[in-house]
Amino acid sequence: MAETKTAAYICQGCGIGERLSTRQLAQIAQKEGKMALVREHPFLCGAEGVGLIRDDIEREAVTHVLIAACSRRAKTEAFHFPTVALARANLREGVLWSQPEADEAAGLTQEMANDYVRMGCAELKKTKLPLGNPLAATNRRILVVGGGVSGLTAALEAARAGYQVVLVEKERALGGWAAKLHKRVPFREPHADPADTGIEQLIAQVTGHPRIRVHLGATLLETRGAPGRFSVQVSVESGAAVTEEVGSIVQATGFTLYDAGKLPALGYGKTPDVVDQAGLERLARQAAAAGGAIRRPSDGAEVGSVVFVQCAGQRDEGGSHLPYCSGHCCATSIKQAMYFKDANPEVDTVVIYTDLRVPGSGEDFYRSAQRKGVTFTKGRVASVEPASGGCKVSFRDLILDEDVALEADLVVLATGQVPNSGVNIELADDDPAKAAQVPILNLAYRQGKDMPQLKHGFTDSHFICFPYETRRTGIYAAGPVRRPMDMAQAVEDATGAALKAIQAVENAAAGRAAHPRSGDLSYPIVRIEGCTQCKRCTVECPFGAIDEDESRFPVFNESRCRRCGTCMGACPVRVIGFENYSVDTVGAQIKAVDMPDEFSEKPRVLLLACENDAYPALDMAALQRRVYSAFVRVIPVRCLGSVNTIWITDALNSGYDGVMLMGCKHGEDYQCHFVKGSELANYRMGKIDDTLKQLGLETERVATYEVAITDVARVARLIDDYVAKILEIGLSPMKGFA
Amino acid sequence: MSGERYRNSFLREVEHNVEEGHWVKMCMQCGVCSGSCPFGPHWAHPPQELFMMIRAGKREEVLGSDAMWMCTSCYNCVVRCPRKLPITHIMHGLANYAHRLGLAPKNQPTRQFAKMFWDNLSKTGRVNELKLSLGLYFKDGFKQGIRNALAMKDIGLGMLKAKRLNPLELVKPHACKGAKDIHAILAKAKEIEDRRKGLSA
Repeated sequence: MAETKTAAYICQGCGIGERLSTRQLAQIAQKEGKMALVREHPFLCGAEGVGLIRDDIEREAVTHVLIAACSRRAKTEAFHFPTVALARANLREGVLWSQPEADEAAGLTQEMANDYVRMGCAELKKTKLPLGNPLAATNRRILVVGGGVSGLTAALEAARAGYQVVLVEKERALGGWAAKLHKRVPFREPHADPADTGIEQLIAQVTGHPRIRVHLGATLLETRGAPGRFSVQVSVESGAAVTEEVGSIVQATGFTLYDAGKLPALGYGKTPDVVDQAGLERLARQAAAAGGAIRRPSDGAEVGSVVFVQCAGQRDEGGSHLPYCSGHCCATSIKQAMYFKDANPEVDTVVIYTDLRVPGSGEDFYRSAQRKGVTFTKGRVASVEPASGGCKVSFRDLILDEDVALEADLVVLATGQVPNSGVNIELADDDPAKAAQVPILNLAYRQGKDMPQLKHGFTDSHFICFPYETRRTGIYAAGPVRRPMDMAQAVEDATGAALKAIQAVENAAAGRAAHPRSGDLSYPIVRIEGCTQCKRCTVECPFGAIDEDESRFPVFNESRCRRCGTCMGACPVRVIGFENYSVDTVGAQIKAVDMPDEFSEKPRVLLLACENDAYPALDMAALQRRVYSAFVRVIPVRCLGSVNTIWITDALNSGYDGVMLMGCKHGEDYQCHFVKGSELANYRMGKIDDTLKQLGLETERVATYEVAITDVARVARLIDDYVAKILEIGLSPMKGFA
Repeated sequence: MSGERYRNSFLREVEHNVEEGHWVKMCMQCGVCSGSCPFGPHWAHPPQELFMMIRAGKREEVLGSDAMWMCTSCYNCVVRCPRKLPITHIMHGLANYAHRLGLAPKNQPTRQFAKMFWDNLSKTGRVNELKLSLGLYFKDGFKQGIRNALAMKDIGLGMLKAKRLNPLELVKPHACKGAKDIHAILAKAKEIEDRRKGLSA
């Protein structure tokens, strides 16, 4: 690359020119920041301003550009210069809009702006232009694992979008659960009657599609690689192993019904006249084939009365069965009751439920069943026993508050969905539960053979913010393997996952990051000769992007990397960084701040703010003109997980009076974009107290906060409260030693 | 006995014979009606429970209950019911059906009043207020009647002074002009209703 030439552009628009001395800022950029070229402009994001920068890049061979104007989150399209390294100093939101307009505040406001220009220059000089993953691989085929409604939909949607698809199904036929149904719950208005499943047409579309290859009776022997270059060994029906090269993967392995055999109290196994929902579908299909009424299994007599027991082995607080609600079973029982009522209104159908849950348009379906005369009874079933000529259902009627017994020819248990997630990689290797599990993806990753599981065995998903995302880049879970859902939801889910898979191959092919830093061209660069093989990066990477080679050095799979920098925050010897985000780019900014002496009564607080939530919250606070202390200096970080403790000790050593860290909510309902980043940061900061004590400092000098993007009012208050606390405990005694 | 429980037989009977009875199956047991009823705590069975009893096949308990007789027709439940059930009308329909079958509780005061009101009205085609109130005073016997009348004497005298009450009505009640026609209309209406509900007159 050509020689480095830096340039700083200071905008005077949006009131910057009126309230700040841009002259002074320009001098700082020139003298302290050592920028080769410094320009002031009244309206930098306008066509003329942007043209000026573009001209300098072309004619003056500028390679590094500092834009001192608005927040880095604003005007990104105007300030898009893909051929140069870029840094932004936030004068508008960071200074102008968050500081009081009064004349007496002008001094502190200018000091703040001066520091942001110093920090911008320092960052710029350490930044390189990211060029994209040099190992970018361009396989754009998509592998779909599972041939049920979710898998078929994902395959078809991807193929229709122009992508080659390989579909692997464990069974010898496609269709999954849907192929076992008599009819399905209706998707469309008027939501009144059961509808045809449509599975034959879907299967025909998939098998007849020129871009889809189907392997039946097939399983995955091994999956290795990264987005754009997965290599998958498939064991096909003949027993031979076939290698399929693909770019991304959709896992749509579905569910199995909870084993009704575990519910002897509800009569299952004691009489063939107690069936689960799959059993009833079978009876209904037999009846349809024979062209008659549904008959009970014990003696083949026509069913005259049927009882549906909802939440059988579900929503169990006692810990012996499924603790969750599977979401679809109420509508499924309603549908099954209609099988009887539509054929013969004289059949008595009673649904015993504790809460009838029919999400979406299911309410119309429920009403339709009531109109057809299905009886709904709020009750809790205690037992189902074989009785003469049928079954006896004993339950507590929760409305009439009494124990009742009811006789029926047939009893249907609504058992729930158990995800087919493969191996729970978080279990210990010697755990007998793990040995019983059969892996699905067979990933050749150091982190384990399948995707991590979220809760109750469901396969990973960023449940709160980005439900399609998993912690294995380029592999997307879709359908009931990810959370309990019905068929309409599975279709939608599979379509979404197919689109994510397409994004993943396209990003990988261009050497760019996938979600959430989608399009980012930077990638982790490791000075491997400095590595001590401590394995922290491989263990802590939330995405399983880093393997280990035979000599136990980390092997980075850039295409699996999400560019959060958690490895950079973890590395004790600081050998990991990105071209435009490294220990140095942030470290230099920390040191660039002009530190007032301890008698100045002007504390300096460093705020490391997560760019996903906390930094936007700060921007929005500024937009609402919420004033906060002029003593704070904010540096955005990719994730709190990327914060290396060296930054904290450097800051305290160079005289900062306090360090605030703002990241996303962690724990069970985490909102961290990188899943584990904020949690790891919190864990690491839990240990910073010892360091503070060694330095002879109060533990309050480092504080960690959970900040959501909506905490607009709170974020300004947190800063003011913290600065007040610092003033109370006094300025740092470390000033002047650096 | 349990054989008939939660079967559709009583629900069907209600559907066919009770005014607006076909709505009972549409109740989703949310309990908003019971919570909205100003008389809620005073009935044996609030509407939601009554509907469940119908579905559970508790024929005698429902028809012999005084619950539906307690309805004051405030329409709070009808306004609030998320399923738009005409609950007030169903209550009156149930009361009416129980009354016809002779299953309604004998000394239920609102039933007694309703019966008295109807007899009073249908006789002449207009309400004779004096006879109606005296009938009410004396419904529990002569002694109690005198006590009631004495307790209400100030109001009675006031009404007399304001010419809102004519004592002559007691001896010579005045009927509406077409009392005979009204009797014919009512008889025809009953005939139609009975035919529709399949009841013998």
